[in-house]
Parts: sequence; structure tokens; C-alpha cells
Amino acid sequence: MHLHRLEKTWLKFGISMLAVFLIVLGVMAFSMGMKPPSEHHHTVDPTKVAETAPFDNPGLNQIGKNHYEAVMTAYAFGFEPAVPLEVPVGSKVDFIVTSSDVVHGFAIVGTNVNMMIVPGEVSHVTHTFDKPGEYLILCNEYCGTGHEFMAITIVVQ
Amino acid sequence: MKSFDRSDSKLVLAHVLFAFAALFIGGVAGLLQSMVKSGSIELPANIGYYELLTAHGVLMALIFTTYFIVGFLYSGVSHTLGGKLLPVSRKLGWYGYALMSVGTVMGVIVILLGKASVLYTFYAPMKASPWFYIALALVVVGSWLSGFGIFYQYIRWKKGNKGKLSPLFAYMSVVTMLLWQICTIGVAIEVVVQLIPWSFGWVDTVNVVLSRTLFWYFGHPLVYFWLLPAYICWYVVIPKVIGGKIFSDSLARLSFMLFLLFSIPVGFHHQLMEPGISPFWKYLQVVLTFMVIIPSLMTAFSMFATFELYGRSKGAKGTFGWVKKLPWKDVRFFAPFMGMLIFIPAGAGGIINASNQMNAVVHNTLWVTGHFHITVATSVALTFFGILYWLIPAITGRVLTPRMNKLGMIQTIIWCVGMFFMSGAMHIVGLFGSPRRTAYNTYNDHPDAVLWMPYHVAMAIGGSILFIGVILIVYNIIGLLRAPRGETEYPIGEVSEASEKTPAFLERWGLWIGIAVALIVFAYTLPLVDMIMNNVPSPGYVTW
Repeated sequence: MHLHRLEKTWLKFGISMLAVFLIVLGVMAFSMGMKPPSEHHHTVDPTKVAETAPFDNPGLNQIGKNHYEAVMTAYAFGFEPAVPLEVPVGSKVDFIVTSSDVVHGFAIVGTNVNMMIVPGEVSHVTHTFDKPGEYLILCNEYCGTGHEFMAITIVVQ
Repeated sequence: MKSFDRSDSKLVLAHVLFAFAALFIGGVAGLLQSMVKSGSIELPANIGYYELLTAHGVLMALIFTTYFIVGFLYSGVSHTLGGKLLPVSRKLGWYGYALMSVGTVMGVIVILLGKASVLYTFYAPMKASPWFYIALALVVVGSWLSGFGIFYQYIRWKKGNKGKLSPLFAYMSVVTMLLWQICTIGVAIEVVVQLIPWSFGWVDTVNVVLSRTLFWYFGHPLVYFWLLPAYICWYVVIPKVIGGKIFSDSLARLSFMLFLLFSIPVGFHHQLMEPGISPFWKYLQVVLTFMVIIPSLMTAFSMFATFELYGRSKGAKGTFGWVKKLPWKDVRFFAPFMGMLIFIPAGAGGIINASNQMNAVVHNTLWVTGHFHITVATSVALTFFGILYWLIPAITGRVLTPRMNKLGMIQTIIWCVGMFFMSGAMHIVGLFGSPRRTAYNTYNDHPDAVLWMPYHVAMAIGGSILFIGVILIVYNIIGLLRAPRGETEYPIGEVSEASEKTPAFLERWGLWIGIAVALIVFAYTLPLVDMIMNNVPSPGYVTW
């Protein structure tokens, strides 16, 4: 099949850029620890979330110096624990979240924390809060009538 | 010049008019949504924001597009494959139309009764009325019948024209419908095997991760099902409209085949932020996703090559002199051209969305809503609008008057301006974190959320301008139907003399379908086995 000379150049340039871009993405994901959140399966019976550890006791636990674990349950239309979380500046927080009903979203405005919460699965993401402030955690996946009210905050000070 | 077959024109017109009725109702819903979202109005007690949102999504993304596409493809297949539809094909077209229409009416009633406020993605375990799922199944099965009609006409033509190259329009229509048949199998399995028995209560639970995966196996090729008919207009019709030639027949066919191969095994790039799928398979499908950039680059090259060759044949000088020679005042060129131009930033936005871990920046924010409003609702919609100005005259035996052309130009400009405000504001505020599919709330006047409000107002301004555009396109259709009688040619471009003969392997369907299936099996088998083995069933919920 005949390709025009200029089209060959155009495609060679485009395909090379594409290759470079995909390699950068792959290297960042697999050797620099920047994979998308919630690596693979961690399951929980979605009808027994409140009785299953660690979701029987949702809240913030300190697990190291400046290192916290936030165990949370998303439900229509809120999060457990329902009170604002509080951590010092510079804290690294591991979020461990599941749903006790439908699919929800979990996004922290002003950060790159953004993941889906699917019933039966446990989602994981880690974020280090370097700047003080009151961060909005909200559900960004439509979950029903009160979806727009589903939010809490995390206070970093 | 041979005029368009009158009984075929009835079938085509029925599809086009249904499509624009859906566009109008969907447009009303869209206008109201943008008003609610910006805090400008509150809906009367019994209408919910999410009912409107479901109606808007279903009517615009599924109904408007599918009806228009079926109508447009049938028109071109009738015109290029023998000048009229075979009785079997025409019958299949009408049966498809009837099934889709029953499904649409049923679906809209269920949505407006508030029994299915699950949006057009209907993610389980939100459980809608079974009649909503049955309605969707009817629409899909109806579209299959329409597809079979196109295949039948094509196969019969090939049998009667042994050794001849099929017309480019018909070839592209077959690829588009083939893509549709292969991808809708996923959503059909989701709806028929998983959701209908579950919503009737015959089974108690649903495998949520599997249902989402089957949906997105369909959901991404769906966008190529919208785009490919627009590409047919760009590749086959636009060269004729401007008076130029198709740059290369074989490259046009090759790019369509590459779209068929690389638009299906890629659904995970819509599921990058969710649990239950390993990072390896997500990344693999991201790589496959980006392969569609190659036929996109080929398409861009072909389009501008056609334009430049035409301009130079008219005596254009200098590097960009040919730009001035293009028929800027002809809506049949101008509307699709604006669609093409806007597809450049729109496609770039799509690359951002699919970029594996970087998807976290934009996932489920208004950025995504902005993205598909400049892709399907601008690039594709403007091309479809531009098609109307020759299609309706050609099939009804009328002519495009200078006045209608002018109204079409105005409509195009209104659409672009409205979309600039609405989609522009959506993109920016999405980067600030404003969630999509979310009614008005300032989150206790949180400073971040308060900052979003001016952008939500800009969206409402854009939405209002777009609604004027919706009214004008409906007015223009009525105007076209009442235009003076006369003959309008169905514009089909001819291939440039410089272009070489098209190789036969591009029409070896077994080969291409085989590669497509192999890629799908490769990208999906292991993740699907994993999802079925690790099934954590969930009961259903009605949360609206």
C-alpha cells in the first residue's frame, strides 16, 4: 500500500512520540510506585461490612511516626466515621475504604486521591498531606438522591 | 443524476426525525440541569435532578446518536449499493426502527416515572425497574436488525459484483455496524444475563465488578460507533462537497479497520480508578487504547491533504494559501469542518483521560463531562447537523436555499460559542475537582466548592446558548422539509487519480474479524476469569 512521503514522516513522528509516552507511563507505574489505586482484589462480604474487621471499627489509627491508617465505609449518603478526620501536617495516610451498599467515589479535592469504592471490594490509596488546610472528601460517583450531600472533611494542621 | 429511492427516503427520514425529537427532549433536560447545577433554579417538587440527568444521557448519547447513525448509513448504503435497498434490508430497517422505538418510549416512561434514576451507565448494584433494562435490550436488538439489513445489502452486492471493490461508503458502514455488533454483545450479556433476572428478583445478587467490566467493554467502542459515521462524512462526503477528491481510498479503509481492532479491547481505561482489576491488565489496555491514535493521525493527514490538494488545484499559492480557497460559507462544509477542528483538542483531552495513573487527576470530575461534550456533542453532533443540509434535500427531492444555508451557518456558530462556554468551564472546574453527575451543593460553603460556582454559572450560560442552538436546528429541519422542490445530488467523493489501487486484503473480513476477536480474547480472558472466580455478590439497592 502506498504512503505519501510526508504522511510517512507524520506517522513516524506520531508513533515515536506515542511509544515514548507509553514507556514513560509504564516506567512511572511499575518501577516508581505510581500505579493506579486499589491494586487488585481485597474482598469483603458487602452485606456484613459493619461486622467485618477492620470496618467494624472505622476511624483513624496511628501506625507509625507521622503515618496513619484511615479505615472508612462509604454508604448512601455519607462516610463512616462521620466526624472530620484530623492529622498533623506532613502525615502519610493510608485510606482503606469499602462500601456497604452501592458504588461510590472517593476523591479528596486539591489532591490526586481519586478512586472508586465498589461493594465487595476494598479500595486502597495513600497520600501525604504536606500543606495544612481543611480538605474536602467527597463522593464523585452518582449513588442516588442524596449523592451531592455525601462528603466529609480531613483537617491537616 | 438519479434521484433517491422514495421508499428508502421514508425509512431514512423516519430515523432522522426520531433522532432530532430525542435531541429536543434531551436538550430541554440538559438546559434544566445546567440551571439547577448553577443554583439558578430549583425544580418543582416532583422532578428530580437525577431523573433529568438520566433522561438527558439516554436520549442524547444513546437514542439521538443511534437513530441518526442508522438513518445516515441506510441512506448511503441505498445510494451506493444499487440505488435502492433490497426488500429484505428495507424490512429489517423498519423492524429495527419499530423495536428501537418501542424500547425508547418504554425507557423514557420508566425514567420519567422515577423508576430508573440510574443514569445511562446504570451501574449495579443500583437496581432500576426491570422494564428499564428490557427497554434498553429492545433498543440494542433493534439496532442489530438494522445492522443485519446493511450486511445483507452489502453481501448481495458483493455477490452480484464479483471482483469489484465495494463503494467506500458501504465498506465503512459495514465496519461501523460490525464494531457495533461485536461491542453490544457485552452490554447485552450484562443486561440479559445479569440485570434483568436480578431486577425481577429471580436471583438475589449481582457480580458488580463483572457487570461494570461488561458495560465498559461496550462503553468505549460506543464512542467509536458515534465517531465512525462522522468520519464517513469527512472521508467520503466532504471531498465532494468542496469539489475535491478523496486523498486515498486504501488508507481510508485501513484506518477504519484499525478503529475496529483498537476500539474494543480497551474498556479498562474507564475503570482505571477501581478495585478488582490488576494494574498489569489496566496498563495493557491503556497501551491498546492508544493504538487508535495511529488511525486518528492518518485521518487528520487525509483530511488536510484533501483540503490542500483542492486549494492548490484552484491556484492557491504559498504554504497556507489553500485555506482561503475552501468554501467557508457553505454549511455542508463549515459545520463538519468545525467538528474536525474541535476534535483536535478533544482528542488530546481523551489521551489525558486514558493515561493510566494520570486519570486520577480528572476521573469523575466535570472535566470528563466537558470532554464528551466537545467530542460527541460537538465534533460528532456538528458533523451530523452538517449532513442534514444535503441529506434531507437529497432524499426528499428538494434544494438547499441560500436562506437555509445561512441559518445553518448561524446554528453552527451558536453551537460553537455555547460549547466554548459550557465545555470550557467544565474542563477547568473539573481540574479544580468539581465532581460530575452531582446536583447543586456548596458542601457547607467549603472554600474549594464555592470557587467552583462561577464556572457552574458559565456552564449554565453555555447550556442556554446551546439550547437556542437546539431550537434552531429543529427549526432548520422543518425549513429543509419545506424547501422548494428540485434535485439535490447525494454527494459521494471520487478517489484522487494519484491514489493507487486498493489492495484486496482490506476486504477480507474473516482476517480482520479474526484479529479483532484475538485481541479481545487476549485483553479480557484472564481478567474475566478472575472476576468470575472471585465473585463477591451484592444485593440490589434503590437509592433514589
